[in-house]
Amino acid sequence: MPANAFNGFSDYGIGIGLRIPHYRHILEKKPVVDWFEIISENFMVDGGRPLEVLDRVLEQYRVVQHGVSMYFGSADPPDREHLKRLRTLVRRTKTPWLSDHLCWGSVDGRFTHDLLPMPYTFAAAKHTAEKIRQVRDFTETPVCVENVSSYAEFHASEMTEWEFLSEVVEAADCGILLDVNNIYVSSKNHNFDPYEYLNNIPAHRVGQIHIAGHSKFKKYILDTHDHPVLDPVWKLYAHATRLAGVTATLLEWDDRIPSFEEVHGEALKANRFIHALEAVATP
Amino acid sequence: MAGALFRPLTSGNRMQPGTDASFIKPNDRLTSFERLEIYNRQYWFRILGCFYEDYPGLRAVLGDSKFERLARAYLAKYPSASFTLRNLGGRLEKFLAEEPQWAAPRQALALDMARFEWAQIVAFDGEARPVVEIDSLLGSDPAKLRLALQPYLSFLALDHPVDDCVLALKKAALRGEASNAVEASPKSGTRRAMPLPKREKIYVAVHRHDNGLYYKRLEPEAYHILTALRGGAFLEDACAEALASAPAGDWAEVVRKWFENWRQLGWFCVQ
Repeated sequence: MPANAFNGFSDYGIGIGLRIPHYRHILEKKPVVDWFEIISENFMVDGGRPLEVLDRVLEQYRVVQHGVSMYFGSADPPDREHLKRLRTLVRRTKTPWLSDHLCWGSVDGRFTHDLLPMPYTFAAAKHTAEKIRQVRDFTETPVCVENVSSYAEFHASEMTEWEFLSEVVEAADCGILLDVNNIYVSSKNHNFDPYEYLNNIPAHRVGQIHIAGHSKFKKYILDTHDHPVLDPVWKLYAHATRLAGVTATLLEWDDRIPSFEEVHGEALKANRFIHALEAVATP
Repeated sequence: MAGALFRPLTSGNRMQPGTDASFIKPNDRLTSFERLEIYNRQYWFRILGCFYEDYPGLRAVLGDSKFERLARAYLAKYPSASFTLRNLGGRLEKFLAEEPQWAAPRQALALDMARFEWAQIVAFDGEARPVVEIDSLLGSDPAKLRLALQPYLSFLALDHPVDDCVLALKKAALRGEASNAVEASPKSGTRRAMPLPKREKIYVAVHRHDNGLYYKRLEPEAYHILTALRGGAFLEDACAEALASAPAGDWAEVVRKWFENWRQLGWFCVQ
């Protein structure tokens, strides 16, 4: 570990998201960062500043692509033009793996730009797995699917979320981008035990882990990515790392973004759990 | 679920009463309706927020309330049809032409501003093709020569000097952001005052250089040459038609300088 077929047998450690407020700092100061995660869609453009910045980052750093619009769970088939753009970017970044979400978000050519929860049915799992396979085959890159945070459940569901995730990744033979913050958020919103979730997914398929902060409201928790990681999420992270092994880890901080040092420092807190695990593993 | 998501919010930013949420499970804290409403509101807040960011000039022209009404009407009629929010405003010009009442009484100014702000989005990350080498054109017959222009370029004939307005708005924004003063209200709720421009015909190219965004005023004849070239006209025809009604003068030298400038800016590209 952490290398496995689902993250391209890579050895990535702790990374952070590449975000616009940090561009200047990164390009001028060239801080030591193991890797950056980019939002693929921000760079699936034809030219201009975004690609210039990306190329400069690629000169210095390892980059992994994370998507927000493939919508594996949407009924529409993958859009070929979208796939071509994605593949072009994959060739540019040489990302060892690709990730996107276990959700839907478009219908009949209309896009919600949201990561919407799916009804957990066997039919949906089969359809979703087929789309994941298509994307992996077209891009010739391993795919990890990320569990989303959610605020609603469907009467139509036939299984739990972790059963659905397992069903999909086994059928697609793909990896999991395990977002422990999302599990925590959903566990509070839907009254389930997050440890039961972690204990019942195929841990050997975890190719990457996401950590992030969230916001508590009176009746639900919102996945806002605008805070440091909270203690219950760190505890879940520690448990996930015990199950899956030390795995490429990425801190998401997307709103009210503080300084580069603060974001990177927050991400590096993951080291204490990784070191603890390594100490136990060392004879 | 999609039908509920795309449904416009009420004036109080709530989900419309009567929206079917029966397919959603309630929990011990939220009803089915309340759970679905979270997504309905998220959808509208996200796309409206994006629209606010992309069209600060149009917002200044219309004012906050009218801009918000226009945004909601536009996005209800033309929801996003692209995987990227970058293209959200791609049909705004069409919408304003179809339903000018949303911008009344400033329809013409609003349309100019919308076209100008969309051109900036195109210039920011539009395709750049390899620049054509001038040597490759030597000896070409202008009567049979077509020159391609960079896809990221937009040439606009406008009835208001909206380029000046946007520059003034950006300067005001920079002054605001340089201050440490605490804002009394959220950014999305503040509107920077912008003096409204008087009618004045202008021709402008929206382009980029070294990946920076620029506006360049054009002479009418230069505009007509460039739009003719973009339309596929032969070089000789483009120049002849553009200058047919131009006042007398040494146009050969003027046009030569224009082309030299455009070449230096990298505007001519391979087909």
